[in-house]
Amino acid sequence: MGRLSVSLCGIELENPVIPASGTFGYGYEFAELYDINCLGTFSFKGTTLAERVGNPLPRIAETGAGMLNAVGLQNPGVEKVIAEELPKLAGCFHKPVIANVSGFSESEYAEVCRRLDEQEQVGWLEVNISCPNVHGGGMSFGTDPQAAAAITRAVKAVTTKPVIMKLTPNVTDIVSVARACEDAGADGVSLINTLKGMRIDLQTRQPILANITGGLSGPAVFPIALGMVWQVSQAVKIPVIGLGGIQSAEDVIEMMLAGATAVEIGAANLINPFACRDIIENLPAVMDRLQINTLKDITGGAHG
Amino acid sequence: MKQGLFEIIENTALTDKVMRMRLAGDTSAMERPGQFVDIRLESLFLRRPLSVCDWDDESFTILYERVGQGTERMAALPAGERLDVLTGLGNGYDISLAGGHPLLVGGGTGLSPLYGLAKALLKNSVRPVVILGFHTAAEVFYTGEFKSMGIEPVITTEDGSCGVRGFVTAAMDFPYTFFYACGTEAMLRAVCEKSRCPGQISLGKRMGCGFGACMGCTVLTKNGAKRICKDGPVLNSEEVLWEG
Repeated sequence: MGRLSVSLCGIELENPVIPASGTFGYGYEFAELYDINCLGTFSFKGTTLAERVGNPLPRIAETGAGMLNAVGLQNPGVEKVIAEELPKLAGCFHKPVIANVSGFSESEYAEVCRRLDEQEQVGWLEVNISCPNVHGGGMSFGTDPQAAAAITRAVKAVTTKPVIMKLTPNVTDIVSVARACEDAGADGVSLINTLKGMRIDLQTRQPILANITGGLSGPAVFPIALGMVWQVSQAVKIPVIGLGGIQSAEDVIEMMLAGATAVEIGAANLINPFACRDIIENLPAVMDRLQINTLKDITGGAHG
Repeated sequence: MKQGLFEIIENTALTDKVMRMRLAGDTSAMERPGQFVDIRLESLFLRRPLSVCDWDDESFTILYERVGQGTERMAALPAGERLDVLTGLGNGYDISLAGGHPLLVGGGTGLSPLYGLAKALLKNSVRPVVILGFHTAAEVFYTGEFKSMGIEPVITTEDGSCGVRGFVTAAMDFPYTFFYACGTEAMLRAVCEKSRCPGQISLGKRMGCGFGACMGCTVLTKNGAKRICKDGPVLNSEEVLWEG
């Protein structure tokens, strides 16, 4: 094992760097730019049962040190993902991948997870109960501990691979949702999804986003994510994937010290397509400087 | 697509609002007129996507209008400054579709990719008709550059202060074998509706990444969902589904 390696729900990762769902497609756009096998793994675009065209445009707005998106889970649907996208993914990425799943009912989550669980290359299922940009599904399951537990149970009942519940920060108490997921059998949690926000165009005096609100990501949210990872990782025994505004190798280490076993990187990929590769390349030197021998030993290191 | 550092070698005003910037660096990823670049600017989170007007082995040219934070900041940059740029983005125009008598229609800074397109067509021994539309005479720019290529562009202004009075459609004189257009959505729609031949249009949408990763700029077309940044920005006129 190298000094960057970590273990996520029993599967060894060469390093803890994971491009976040919705910022990395199915990998092949990035594989044109660099060999994506340097990644620990990645979480592919959120998949629903039926095809979704997503929200009307504009879907993107800039913010101070970040951005809002309201894409609305655009994806070709699980059947096409399995038939068309996963073979292309397998062509450029040769490690277990994280299947990101979304839905609008317990049965939809279960069905999509069941089908993706059967795919050989899928190593983990990441269940998104935290999308702020769809109505009647997504985040509504992640804001209520009982609903989050029900989705967790429904997915666990039909799958064999580790299930990671992706949590929303748009709640009063994220710890109670994380605990409910753990109690219902989740193998891990990932946090945070985006924070709900909006911008108004001063010329038109109308919201910039057609969806009115969107999810905030980018370095602006890093301290919020860090704080929540700190809280949740002390309250649960299952691994926590930390995400939200990570931009550098230093941020990765800070997030791990707060309690993350691995990290996901989202918005940074959109402004620098080489962000994850660069962070992985920078990690050893930053570890040397901080006298960190092996990365897996620093998880929760700030808890004292 | 490539990422590289480019040095500003020119950044000058063409009109009150329109600027021309030339940047020197590795242009090897640029393949077709109608492609775009995505420019990172100090302290702004998202890159700014801009159509390439022209390019050679060592540099490229963009024409941009000062319309917001990003373009205002660009306008203030001095020569010698270096910028992080993604190049060779998007599909670009397909010049093989032009036929013998193509029409190029540009509105305002929408003329930018048409300059490079005209140049590419001339190289293929195809002489296009070029119509350039503006609001008023004071906003007219780049006609001299087209003339230097040997193309006399037809100018239209909404107030009639220069050239033909009215919108670009007032100067369209079919039949053409094909049309290529870039401009506001209202202009593109009018051109498509009035055209009696197939064409290609370049659409501008708010983008996140500019290279197909975020699904921030997807539009529905008759051929399914298309990412303007990756599957576009050039679409075939007959596949566009106009809103409203």
